Amino acid sequence: MCASISASMSAGAEQRLIHSEKSLYRDVFVYEDGRTRCLCFTRLCAIGRQTCIDLAKPDRLVFEYTQMMLGALFLAPAPNTILVIGLGGGTLPRTLARLLPDADIDVVEIDPAVVDVAQKYFGFRPDARIHLTVQDGRAYVRAALRGSKRYDLIMLDAYEHQYIPEHMLTREFLTEVRSLLVPGGIVAANTFSSSQLYSNESVTYSSVFGRFYNLRSGNRVILAANGPLPSIDEVTLGSRRFTAAFEPYGFAASTLLPMFSTHPDWDLGARILTDQYSPSNLLNGRP
Amino acid sequence: MYRVLLFLIAGWSGFFVMAIELLGGRLLAPYFGSSIYVWGAIITVFMLALSLGYLWGGYASLHAPSLRRLALILLAAAAATLPVLLWGDCLLEHLSALIADPRFGSLAAATLLFFLPTCISGMVSPYAVRLLVADRASAGQLAGKLYFVSTAGSAAGTLLTSFYLVLYLEVNQILLLLLAVSALVGLIAGLQPRAVDA
Repeated sequence: MCASISASMSAGAEQRLIHSEKSLYRDVFVYEDGRTRCLCFTRLCAIGRQTCIDLAKPDRLVFEYTQMMLGALFLAPAPNTILVIGLGGGTLPRTLARLLPDADIDVVEIDPAVVDVAQKYFGFRPDARIHLTVQDGRAYVRAALRGSKRYDLIMLDAYEHQYIPEHMLTREFLTEVRSLLVPGGIVAANTFSSSQLYSNESVTYSSVFGRFYNLRSGNRVILAANGPLPSIDEVTLGSRRFTAAFEPYGFAASTLLPMFSTHPDWDLGARILTDQYSPSNLLNGRP
Repeated sequence: MYRVLLFLIAGWSGFFVMAIELLGGRLLAPYFGSSIYVWGAIITVFMLALSLGYLWGGYASLHAPSLRRLALILLAAAAATLPVLLWGDCLLEHLSALIADPRFGSLAAATLLFFLPTCISGMVSPYAVRLLVADRASAGQLAGKLYFVSTAGSAAGTLLTSFYLVLYLEVNQILLLLLAVSALVGLIAGLQPRAVDA
């Protein structure tokens, strides 16, 4: 379940419901407004759109957060094994597969209804390189740890403004994610923390990964490493490799660079989230 | 005092069961996730345990029922929760490695951890009804009052735990708090002089 609000998307033509899918979790709606097609968990996309594609240019990354998530490639330019937790419309795995022809991508999604919609309306296709598992993300990570497979890049895209899976925002979970990374492997998280949770989330990531890159602009994307964090010079160098590659997706690698910050702009004394203490959704609503 | 204690035990037992049920979901989530199956398994186990507890509590009330024995039931339910605190994580770790399927894994985990304390908690209401009722005419009214108190206690336990307790305390701290209150209520009721028994 990936997610984003995009202010630029809210204007425009009347939106039309083209499909709704019953779900064990939340019903999935597909809306079109003439220019874009969006996947939402609420009628009329009242509380945010999860995925949108540009009908004329389906490759274009409509949401800034997906672009920010790809900033992870500046830290690890050629990941061969990638895990994406949270499918949404499948934009991230689809784009990663095109950008990285040698990469093997595992995708985990909890909701079979989301998988159906992503396949029917957003062109998501599991194939020899994209493997899909319908499972809770944390259960998948724990099971994977018992095996021998490790990942160069893990993308966490399971959070949204309406609901945060609390067991996937704890020190223990992030430690498991870190253990599932190869040395030097990168984790990218599209998080939906606002208000008080922002600080709790920050100190929780710090407690597991130390310093990390914090990309903010409406959304928040955290980029952290299993090992020393690549310097901003290395990141800049990495970004140059994608100048041409990002073009078909409608943005420039260089626009992401100014967002990379390691400056802690949160309350350092905030309480770390653990399996024992994880009221993320309650904290997210607090000013 | 006698009646107040009966209602207090029933109300607290309702609170206790729902608080544990909510915390159960949090305890299982790291191992089996928080998919709908996990919640389904937890609720199934609690309902089944309660239903058998009602049956058992009714039978138990046939033999020399007393406030003191009711207090013992409450204390036994608290004691049966101790393994959750002591060995919960260890058991969940092993079970999740043993049974990968989240449906059967969480069913097994919820059964092992929560069936016994919930079943014993279920004994409380029918047993308390027996102690309350003196004649047939008032039986329905008293049973109604008891269900009211017990279910209102469950509502309070659900709300307080999910809205407030998890915001301030760790899961194990909440469990300890619940056990402490059970012990307190159980001891107060258990140490009443025998004369008050009907």
